[in-house]
Amino acid sequence: MSLVLDNLYYTKTHEWIKVEGDIGIIGITDFAQKELQDIVYFGIDEGIIGKNLTAGEKFGYVEAVKTAADLYLPISGEVIEINKELINNPVIANQDPYGKGWILKIKIKDKEELKNLLNSEDYKKHIGE
Amino acid sequence: MLEKLIKEYSKKGKFNDYFGDLDIPEKKIESNIPENLLRKDFEFIEVSEIEVIRHFIRLSALNYHLDKGIYPLGSCTMKHNPKVNEEVSSYEGFLYLHPLQKEEDIQGALKLMYELSQFLKEISGMDYVSLQPPAGASGELTAMLVIKKYFIDKKEDRKIVLIPDSAHGTNPASVAMAGFIAQTIKSNSEGMIDLEDLKKNLNEKVACLMITNPNTLGIFERNIKGIAEELHKYGALLYLDGANLNAYCGIHKPGDAGVDIMHFNLHKTFSTPHGGGGPGAGPVGAKNFLVPYLPNPKIEKNGERYYFKYDKESIGKTASFYGNFNVFVKAYTYIRMHGIKGLKKMSQIAVLNASYLRKRLEELGFYCEYKTPTLHEFVLTLKDFKKVDVKALDIAKRLLDYHCHAPTVYFPLIVPEAFMIEPTETEPKEELERFVSAMKRIKEEIKENPEIVKNAPHNTPVRRLDEGKAGRELVVKWG
Repeated sequence: MSLVLDNLYYTKTHEWIKVEGDIGIIGITDFAQKELQDIVYFGIDEGIIGKNLTAGEKFGYVEAVKTAADLYLPISGEVIEINKELINNPVIANQDPYGKGWILKIKIKDKEELKNLLNSEDYKKHIGE
Repeated sequence: MLEKLIKEYSKKGKFNDYFGDLDIPEKKIESNIPENLLRKDFEFIEVSEIEVIRHFIRLSALNYHLDKGIYPLGSCTMKHNPKVNEEVSSYEGFLYLHPLQKEEDIQGALKLMYELSQFLKEISGMDYVSLQPPAGASGELTAMLVIKKYFIDKKEDRKIVLIPDSAHGTNPASVAMAGFIAQTIKSNSEGMIDLEDLKKNLNEKVACLMITNPNTLGIFERNIKGIAEELHKYGALLYLDGANLNAYCGIHKPGDAGVDIMHFNLHKTFSTPHGGGGPGAGPVGAKNFLVPYLPNPKIEKNGERYYFKYDKESIGKTASFYGNFNVFVKAYTYIRMHGIKGLKKMSQIAVLNASYLRKRLEELGFYCEYKTPTLHEFVLTLKDFKKVDVKALDIAKRLLDYHCHAPTVYFPLIVPEAFMIEPTETEPKEELERFVSAMKRIKEEIKENPEIVKNAPHNTPVRRLDEGKAGRELVVKWG
């Protein structure tokens, strides 16, 4: 069984977002890290800091022993921070996907877009658990 | 440490014990080399002959290879490489050739290359075959560059290359390297290209579709003619990844089904040693309208004389000189030993072996994600074992304990917990049965004691390697 937290929103492509005021914290789910297995690398260009990206846009990729996968933004907004600790030590996304393993922070453009995302119940159904 | 590095056996002066004393005055080789060109930090490895022999024999005994047992690594066609290939390729006439020799002095070598290219034409239904690309992915890239040049000359702006979601990972990589943009086409419930999705994505911006047939699931794209027609309606081309040619030699000609350009893997289909990065050969065959764009030089024949031909439209060279010549000799030998009837039988037995193995494993309760009949390989899904936390990777590792090479795992991506099995035609029935027994036993173990599978391998020279650490903390230099 994978861990799915109640207070987060989810995408079908296995990213999560936690909303704190108008800031969104984004990462990959426990299900995603289990599927990927041992994570080796996060390919995220520092140049995206300060850029306005739209929901569904590819913002980087994750490379694991088993496969590589693209990362998609759950919501539109301006990227304000990348988790440097994660870039230096990608395995923390395996160890603590909802905590220390966060990937980036974004200034949310429009909270209405959260309606397009899955809640924890929908996400559990999506992954068949 | 199971075996030291050869460097660790080295000791200054050691290799000399084989020779007697010099009977001429000794002059240090360094005295002939200018001081500024001498490397002070370089140490030659000095070991005795017996140490060299024992070192490599010990390494080969630790290794698992085709000469020891089944090697069903899906999509790689790890068939037995007949020893006669080695014999012929070590003929002195081939061995002592130099690539800078003049055309008139290497007529025999050119004849072999010309004839091999003719054989591949006949097998594929293409109009001309360039042998030059030195590997499969190099063949893909060559073909993409040919297509790019063709459309540049036609003054058509086409940036998109369509790729099915079951394709080899090298396909999108070749596309990106050639400067195209890869766009994914979905598979349908039968595991074939979804025609509707293809039609939706087709327009005048599409340069080509890269198809693998049979695809990586081992399923033959029955619609290949229709797919070619759809593409041609929009002026787009059909490229075939020939990785799976072992399934239909002498049975189906891609050229007749509308394929415009394709690559071959001589090292897979025509039995030259591969793995560990080569050497390979990835010839590219094309229809007449694309032939001028193929790599230079081409090998042509005028009466009894063979010569190099240079086309000004060509994309240029894709390998040093003419490609991996030694591989050509082995593939040529293999084709001549089999003859066209033999090649047909080769493919028939490859399909029979894979179908037999699939059936036997299905009897044990294993199954494929797609029910469609398969040809030379098939892909099991091992997703059911995840309930007890056993992954495809664990089962692959446990197979090593039973002295079987593991199949390809986690590929193609459209199959969860994929286990891709290609036994090839050269495995005897008894060896297939040995593999079946191993799988049967592992299935029982998962029920009785899953830990033994999860912690496998136990009987190999090294236990499970930390691949994640190897990726994160890459060290490529010893010492």
